[in-house]
Amino acid sequence: MSLSVALQHRLGALALDVSFEAPAGVTAIFGRSGAGKTSVVNAVAGLLRPSNGTIILNGRVLLSSNAGTNVPIHMRKIGYVFQDARLFPHLTVRKNLLYGAPHAAGLDRICDLLGISGLLHRRPRALSGGEAQRVAIGRALLSDPDLLIMDEPLAALDMARKAEILPYLERLRDETGLPILYVSHSVEEVARLATTLVLMEDGRVIRSGPAAELFADPALVPVFGPRTAGALLPGQVHSHHPDGLTEIAVSGGRLYLPALDAAPATPVRIRIEAQDVMLALTRPEQISALNVLPATITDVHHGQGPGVMVQMRAGDDLLLARITRRSADALALRPGLACFAVLKSVAVAQGAVGRH
Amino acid sequence: MGWLGPQEWAAVALSLKVAVWATVLSLPSGIAVAMALSRGRFWGRGALNVLVHLPLVMPPVVVGYLLLMTLSPVAPVGKALASLGVVFAFRWTGAALAAAVMGFPLMVRAIRLAVDAVDPKLEQAAATLGASRVRVFATVTLPLMLPGVLAGAVLAFAKAMGEFGATITFVSNIPGETRTVPSAIYAFLQQPGGDGAAIRLVMVSIGIATGALLVSEWLARRMGRRIRS
Repeated sequence: MSLSVALQHRLGALALDVSFEAPAGVTAIFGRSGAGKTSVVNAVAGLLRPSNGTIILNGRVLLSSNAGTNVPIHMRKIGYVFQDARLFPHLTVRKNLLYGAPHAAGLDRICDLLGISGLLHRRPRALSGGEAQRVAIGRALLSDPDLLIMDEPLAALDMARKAEILPYLERLRDETGLPILYVSHSVEEVARLATTLVLMEDGRVIRSGPAAELFADPALVPVFGPRTAGALLPGQVHSHHPDGLTEIAVSGGRLYLPALDAAPATPVRIRIEAQDVMLALTRPEQISALNVLPATITDVHHGQGPGVMVQMRAGDDLLLARITRRSADALALRPGLACFAVLKSVAVAQGAVGRH
Repeated sequence: MGWLGPQEWAAVALSLKVAVWATVLSLPSGIAVAMALSRGRFWGRGALNVLVHLPLVMPPVVVGYLLLMTLSPVAPVGKALASLGVVFAFRWTGAALAAAVMGFPLMVRAIRLAVDAVDPKLEQAAATLGASRVRVFATVTLPLMLPGVLAGAVLAFAKAMGEFGATITFVSNIPGETRTVPSAIYAFLQQPGGDGAAIRLVMVSIGIATGALLVSEWLARRMGRRIRS
């Protein structure tokens, strides 16, 4: 599967001019509010007709300004989960779910996947925000789409509801194999879900590529924000220890985390924020941090301000550390230097990091 | 209804027939015009809006006279329709037409408010689920605007029951053919000793109007519950 998008459109003061490819997996369109992310996916779904463009999904031409092709919304086979769930208020949850379904066969499986089996006879009004959004996802899935668009599906929800839905989205990505175009301005969501990233700014694509590669690029730190930037690395649950720690294998060594509810060999994605990484030139001894990975510095990136982003390779994967310029100078950090990365905190999510 | 004389009964039955036909037959075009005025962006939309609302502000007699001028058997349009077997002037069908024309602006206004209240985002969502425009209208737009359609129908029905000026000008006051309740009340008031019959018809009018209002309130509440909860 692949989606190829190229389009130009003027929206008030914003000149939209984007072009990108989305391979299988979750392609996250990431950028600030007003960058034009929603307009791009609306054009893909057919809700917005760009003044010029070409959109091809699995070899099927959905839009071609040159050839005069413009497949209407309902013929595109693209499911759309909106920020506001947009359930039909006059229909029960069950009828909402089956609205676009060619047959009711998949209903039970989707209800299990999303945990909504108990809601079928309710009216949308009687659902919480998180429940409504899961029903909206189920409704889009049951319409048997070739591509699923999710436009900030969690933005309207509070932290608890977000935490409730994210595991379902991970399962969706890993179990259905349905390609997903995911719009978000949240680094956390994108780090957890994306296999491919499309970074947008002021109506343009500034970079696109595999998520792990872009997250580890020190030049892109201003895009993700210095406080939330950080690398993404693939790992695998190795074993559970009796003292409540889970051992995870990554290419550069082993990490120890508070008990993780996953069987050995389960693929996980590790996210290590740059501000949670310390650097040492010799292996530190007698410190409380459990997670220390040997690494080799690959880039020292000076930005504005007192901070420096250090990129290093640990095993096959890249890490980022945000340290002060003073420390970088004192340790004489430079590409090629061997060091140890001390990880103060590690976040982990289920599912593999896509590598293409 | 033993207490109504045959003439009075005929007027009530005719009024109900006229009002029902006027309402039922103008509903589809009422919905179409309301949709066009609410959603449409086309040349002549303003003119259509004015045209639809004219019967509301023009003297009913003028509307009746305009209908007579265009649809009488000697006018070109009336002649053409008559050759197809459709005759309006001085027939009960004409009374229904006059009632429909006079009630049309009320019907369109009520339905248009309901269309305005339907969130186009829901229609977009339906389209992304594979629903064609026709299916979106039938399964999302129409059910959501139904309370407004009902309100418009009740208003048009009430207007049709009470229509007098345009009706009497266009189709006159022929007992059994075009003598609706208002025309009958007017006729009875012209006769010595007709007061009793007039008062009985007034009571029937009040009864029908109250009943229609109660039924529509009940239906609207039921539908509203279905949509909102």
